[in-house]
Amino acid sequence: MELSSKHHDDRLRVHAAGEMTIYHAADLKPALLEILDRSDAIELDLSGVSELDTSGVQLLMLMKREAVAAGKSLALSGHSPAVLEVFELLGLGGWFGDPQVLPASAKGRAAA
Amino acid sequence: MNLDLGEALQTFFAESRSLLQDMEEGLLRLENTPDDAEAINAVFRAAHTIKGSAGLFGLDDIVAFTHKAENVLDRVRNNELPLTEGLIGLFLACRDHIERLLDITVDGTEMDTDSRRQGETLAAQLSQCMGNDATTLPAETEAPVQSVGGGQMAGDTWHISLRFGQDVLKNGMDPLSFLRYLATLGEICHLTTLADALPVAAEMDSECCYLGFELCLKSEVDKARIEGVFEFVRDDCQLHILPPGSRVADFMQLIETLPENNTRLGEILVACGALTQRELDESLSIQECESARQEAPQPLGEILVDRQMVQPELVDAALSKQKEARNRQAQEAQFIRVHADKLDSLINLVGELVIAGAGVGLQAARNKDGVLMESVSGMARLVEEIRDGAMRLRMVEIGETFNRFRRVVRDVSKELGKDIELVISGAEAELDKTVVEKIGDPLTHLVRNAMDHGIESAQVRLSRGKPAQGTMRLNAFHESGGIVIEVSDDGGGLNRERILAKARDKGLIQEGDNLADGDVWKLIFEPGFSTAEQVSNLSGRGVGMDVVRRNIEALRGTVEIESHEGLGSTFRIRLPLTLAIIDGFLMGVTESHYVVPLDMVLECVELNTCGDGSGDCDYLNLRGEVLPLLRVKQHFNLEGRSSRRQNVVVVTAAGRKAGLVVDELKGEFQAVIKPLGQIFAQVRGISGSTILGSGEVALVLDVPTLLDEAARVGSSGVTV
Repeated sequence: MELSSKHHDDRLRVHAAGEMTIYHAADLKPALLEILDRSDAIELDLSGVSELDTSGVQLLMLMKREAVAAGKSLALSGHSPAVLEVFELLGLGGWFGDPQVLPASAKGRAAA
Repeated sequence: MNLDLGEALQTFFAESRSLLQDMEEGLLRLENTPDDAEAINAVFRAAHTIKGSAGLFGLDDIVAFTHKAENVLDRVRNNELPLTEGLIGLFLACRDHIERLLDITVDGTEMDTDSRRQGETLAAQLSQCMGNDATTLPAETEAPVQSVGGGQMAGDTWHISLRFGQDVLKNGMDPLSFLRYLATLGEICHLTTLADALPVAAEMDSECCYLGFELCLKSEVDKARIEGVFEFVRDDCQLHILPPGSRVADFMQLIETLPENNTRLGEILVACGALTQRELDESLSIQECESARQEAPQPLGEILVDRQMVQPELVDAALSKQKEARNRQAQEAQFIRVHADKLDSLINLVGELVIAGAGVGLQAARNKDGVLMESVSGMARLVEEIRDGAMRLRMVEIGETFNRFRRVVRDVSKELGKDIELVISGAEAELDKTVVEKIGDPLTHLVRNAMDHGIESAQVRLSRGKPAQGTMRLNAFHESGGIVIEVSDDGGGLNRERILAKARDKGLIQEGDNLADGDVWKLIFEPGFSTAEQVSNLSGRGVGMDVVRRNIEALRGTVEIESHEGLGSTFRIRLPLTLAIIDGFLMGVTESHYVVPLDMVLECVELNTCGDGSGDCDYLNLRGEVLPLLRVKQHFNLEGRSSRRQNVVVVTAAGRKAGLVVDELKGEFQAVIKPLGQIFAQVRGISGSTILGSGEVALVLDVPTLLDEAARVGSSGVTV
């Protein structure tokens, strides 16, 4: 799992790549929370996420909740197919409230 | 998904194999009694469980294929499809394909094109059996769930509440896989993920699971099957399943039992379509009133019964499920699954204990310490009991190996167009696990051979006045410290003339040699020997029988043949019960020690009857019987002086006798056999080594080979 960040105007763009799974969860948690500390507006680009499991979903949810609690904005973007599949299964699209770009073949109900 | 589940996966493989075995047995039983509902159910359950477990591990290939087979099985189970012989054949082929898929997964290799093509063919055949409704995927249309009044839900969806325990992830399971698998049972119409249990950032352990799910499943399956999905996490999760058509009150009950805030849960249920907003509001207010009035809450069960909330069939299902679980627990109490390595290391330790015990005994005897010797003999008895107990742990019944042949016999008889029945007896005879594993191949050879060459075609059988159906028999029994396995057929028997002719062709015997029946039969074990007129797919190429003999001899066993023209033949395999520890007889030759298995020792005599001083005789007159002698010293080219007085140990194996000439007789000895290294593989007459109490090494003699040797040496001098 790699996180690389870049500042765009006043937003922090973070690109996540690799597996967001239980194997990396212990390292990922502090890394994600640390990003929250660095900026008030963060965009987390998930296009490079190859695998996402329950522990990864939890961390994303934790990060989102912390961000809302601290009055910061956290936007997820560029959902990779692995992320989309999990979000669709768990009905999380609405929970995060970010626009998701669905591939043409995906079923329509995920965006709800 | 690529979770490395290690041990759980191994358990899955082991269980799947035994399920495949059940499946095969069930199918073979169905072949005889096609309307055996229990067998159909057993086959279905096996397929279903394999699919379910495979789903948990994300083995999509296995899930997809097994799913197709299961669908067809389901139709058979519901009497929608007659169970023909062809269909049983198809299911057997499917079973084999699943096994292949498992093997591929175990090896971690890719599927080769052959198996892929076969899988596709089978899948196509299966869909044909499904008829027009080949696509079993749930319909894509999303019918909204509506409620009609009166509190009865009209929806056909199951409502499932899931709260996973915190340790689920640590136990190597991912809740997502359960949901994915659940989705294969039907359609998940609505799913809400609950993160309410997620603690504050500082306290949150990223390797714990805090999520819960509320979901609606549209599916035709029953409650037990839905529960089955979560079987692996049953202890690790809170699971509530409400069947389609549950009353509003049931949902209220559910809301009460779940940890989250009632109003919030109510909203989720409304979102799921399980309740309407009006119903929720009404119920919540009723509940509040009630709880205000009623001080002590009624127990859940009472409420359920009072309000007749639970459908009677659900109660039945729950009861039978509980009973099943109890039965399973009872079975688990009877058997423990132990890794074979652990048993092996236990046996090794017991072996070392035996050696150490012998060492103590030796010291005691040397010091002539009477008290110590008495304690040692007491300990030796205990050690012996431990040894026997440990060996028994490794003993398995041969029945399982025998049962495998039901399939072999079925397939081969189909292939040959012969009607052959397999009769198994003595399946409860036990022998060492390692021996059982290695005896499978030789037995397969013998069974195939007997079916191909032994049993005649139906016409020939009828013309000989035998029943058209041929019979193969597998039998096992214990005999003097060993096990005897018999493979017999009621076919034509071995043809003495044809074997002799072939042997002369090959130059194995001379023209005019007069051989006893037993010696003639033995010729078929010679390399490259086949009397079959036609080389068939199965046998007749002359490879096999010599391999059979070699395999059996490698297990320190022997094979003998009994054959009667026109009545059939019996191959009798004698094997030692175990390969690890034997009761041996210790002998000394010059400075070296040798051990022979005690079972093979008949008697010991002093060597003085034959030519005083010269000692070159190759035979002995033993009470009027000619006994070939084998001089161990010469045979192994030992240096050093022999003692003046020599002894003969008369050994026997498979009805033959010979005398081993040794210097010293040292008596009984418990030998823990250690295999010899590869470099000694060429040494004839030695089957292993053992360590004496004094730390010296003794070699274990391979008596059958030595008997051959003695007979050869002996026959050059006299005709036996």
